[in-house]
Amino acid sequence: MSDIKTEFYKQNAAKAIKDPVLQHALFDVQNRLGPATALAYKNLPEGLGLRLKAHEIRQFAINHLDILLETLALKIQDRGGKVYFAKDAAAATAYCLKVAQVNQVKMVVKGKSMVTEEIGLNKILEANQIEVNETDLGEYIIQLAGETPSHIIAPAIHKTRKEVAQLFTQKLGIPYCEDPPVLTQAARKALRKKFLAADMGLSGCNLACAETGHITTVSNEGNIRMSTTMPKIHMAFMGMERVVARLEDHDALFRLLSRGAAAQNMAGYVSYIGGPRTEDQLDGPDQFHLVILDNGRSRILADPEFREVLLCIRCAACLNVCPAYGKIGGHAYGYPYSGPIGAVITPLFVGINRAKDLCCGEPLCGACKMACPVDIDLPRMLLALRAKLADGDPQWGVTRASRSEKFMFQIWSVIIQNRTLYDLALKAGSIIQRIIPKKNDMIPCMPFVFKGWTKSRDIKPLARASFLTRWKNREQKP
Amino acid sequence: MDKNKPVTLFIQCLVDSLYPEVGQAMVHLFEKLNIQVDIPLEQTCCGQPAFNSGYRREAKKAAKRFIEVFESADIIVCPSGSCVDMVKHQYPGLFKDGSLWQKRAKSINAKIFELTQYIVDVLGVEDVGASFNGRVTYHDSCHLLRNLGVADQPRKLIANVRDIHLVEMKDAEKCCGFGGTFSVKYPDISSAILEEKVDNIIATGTDAVVGCDISCLMNIQGMLSRRNSPIKTLHIAQLLAG
Repeated sequence: MSDIKTEFYKQNAAKAIKDPVLQHALFDVQNRLGPATALAYKNLPEGLGLRLKAHEIRQFAINHLDILLETLALKIQDRGGKVYFAKDAAAATAYCLKVAQVNQVKMVVKGKSMVTEEIGLNKILEANQIEVNETDLGEYIIQLAGETPSHIIAPAIHKTRKEVAQLFTQKLGIPYCEDPPVLTQAARKALRKKFLAADMGLSGCNLACAETGHITTVSNEGNIRMSTTMPKIHMAFMGMERVVARLEDHDALFRLLSRGAAAQNMAGYVSYIGGPRTEDQLDGPDQFHLVILDNGRSRILADPEFREVLLCIRCAACLNVCPAYGKIGGHAYGYPYSGPIGAVITPLFVGINRAKDLCCGEPLCGACKMACPVDIDLPRMLLALRAKLADGDPQWGVTRASRSEKFMFQIWSVIIQNRTLYDLALKAGSIIQRIIPKKNDMIPCMPFVFKGWTKSRDIKPLARASFLTRWKNREQKP
Repeated sequence: MDKNKPVTLFIQCLVDSLYPEVGQAMVHLFEKLNIQVDIPLEQTCCGQPAFNSGYRREAKKAAKRFIEVFESADIIVCPSGSCVDMVKHQYPGLFKDGSLWQKRAKSINAKIFELTQYIVDVLGVEDVGASFNGRVTYHDSCHLLRNLGVADQPRKLIANVRDIHLVEMKDAEKCCGFGGTFSVKYPDISSAILEEKVDNIIATGTDAVVGCDISCLMNIQGMLSRRNSPIKTLHIAQLLAG
């Protein structure tokens, strides 16, 4: 299981906002990828409608998940692959460890995989004296630095080239150099040795196909292909929702995934893997294992209100447009999944109360829905999560987050149902505000719940007479 | 449609209580367009603050109240995209499927409009005969832009104001960081988002920032004031009434 630090959202967000290096990096990634992805969708020959078609494809898959997963598993088993359905993180990591130990694995190479972050796989393997090597350049950097990913597809965006140069000098023993090609070459050289020596390769799965019985991985560095073909054992991990029915569904989804992730027409390397090496094949692993992970997904599937979040293909397009993510970065979310998708899925995984700040801590601007390649309505689900926090929900084990806020809105609801009371409340407000100091007809410091507002902003005082009072008086004039 | 048909105004609570001049500008604007206005005196709030904070039971009370006050109107016009979005897109979901209340909520759907949407799309007017001597920039409010699809209408209206010069800011369609109660519950994040918006506004070198939602403008005005910036915030009704 991954470490959960969702309770520290506010503090970590505040820290991130004060970090100028991170701010620069976040601005840069959003400025580069956000508009480029929007343009890439616009330039699709099918137009933006392809997103809606992809939504239907994914919806169909989620509605038929039982049949699709069974078909996928049978096809892989027919080819000599092993399929393991893991009910939770503990079962998935235990299975991986068992296979590694039975085969006397000493070293693994890994392609980038968010699911393995979710289950905290690296820590468990390392605790059992198995060396783990991340091979995606970004993941490799943060592994060397002992950190966690801050973006779903660009895990090291929070690190500057200077920091990477220092890190490589320290860890790889190369002379200090800030030139990215030189640094990349150093990583490549170090990793090549690992690829050749590894006993086992681990990967995620971008999308599986039931019809053909294979998983697909995409990358731009070729590292996943090496991790999955060079070692004698390949174990892939997939969330149980990451399957579609037909091969032709992959066409639309991978074109959209590549655009959503990096504004590319198609990722550089796309691999279709359906089992271990066959006898006539020179390359490929002797053993192929597919771990299909539940870890809370069945519970989401069972709730029609949140089922839609399982349509997600983890491209991170929503991160690249989210104004909140753009300021606080991935680490503030306290769990591997960050940004708008993290704000919805993390509370469902770790507990809605525990991760309440994730679903309440963004302005609901709706940019994530427009950026999503499969048109997931994340704002709708953020609102649904907030509703559970407001009044509690036994089905999800949610308790009311704030009694005082509830009480405030109860009073508010009485007032707004009666204009006379409403006018009285406005009157009371305008009397109280008389004692609050003003500057240039603005209030620079508000008390109570409004204190947060005036930390960085002034506010206009209540008008002497409301618009409706003015209108009423005008009507009464002869 | 009869272009001089009277309209019923729904005055957003923030306009009513903090920015009555925007309501007055709206009335003046409709007078200029030769359209009679009716303003129900019993109206209060659409319920969005409660709804966005998760308090659906309380929002439902506001919705019922709104429906009772406004359902007899033929056309409802409101100077806020997010309030119109609330009524149009969120009200039906607050009631049981197939219930009488849901039917009543849905009956309002087709007859509520945001101000610029009504003027441009329904009345077919793009020039209201206003003038403004200065440079302005326009901020797209999130719900107006993404949930109602209103982006060109206000720009067309602004472009036809005499003597005005519209300068587009960087990322005009990016959120200002308001988000209702979010702005007081998560002030650090809200302010950080707003800083970028205000920087982009200042970089245009304009005299005023125009918007269609007073909530965003209140947020932007708050920081412009804190930074002692001379840039004014103007609701589009104020610009068009001039």
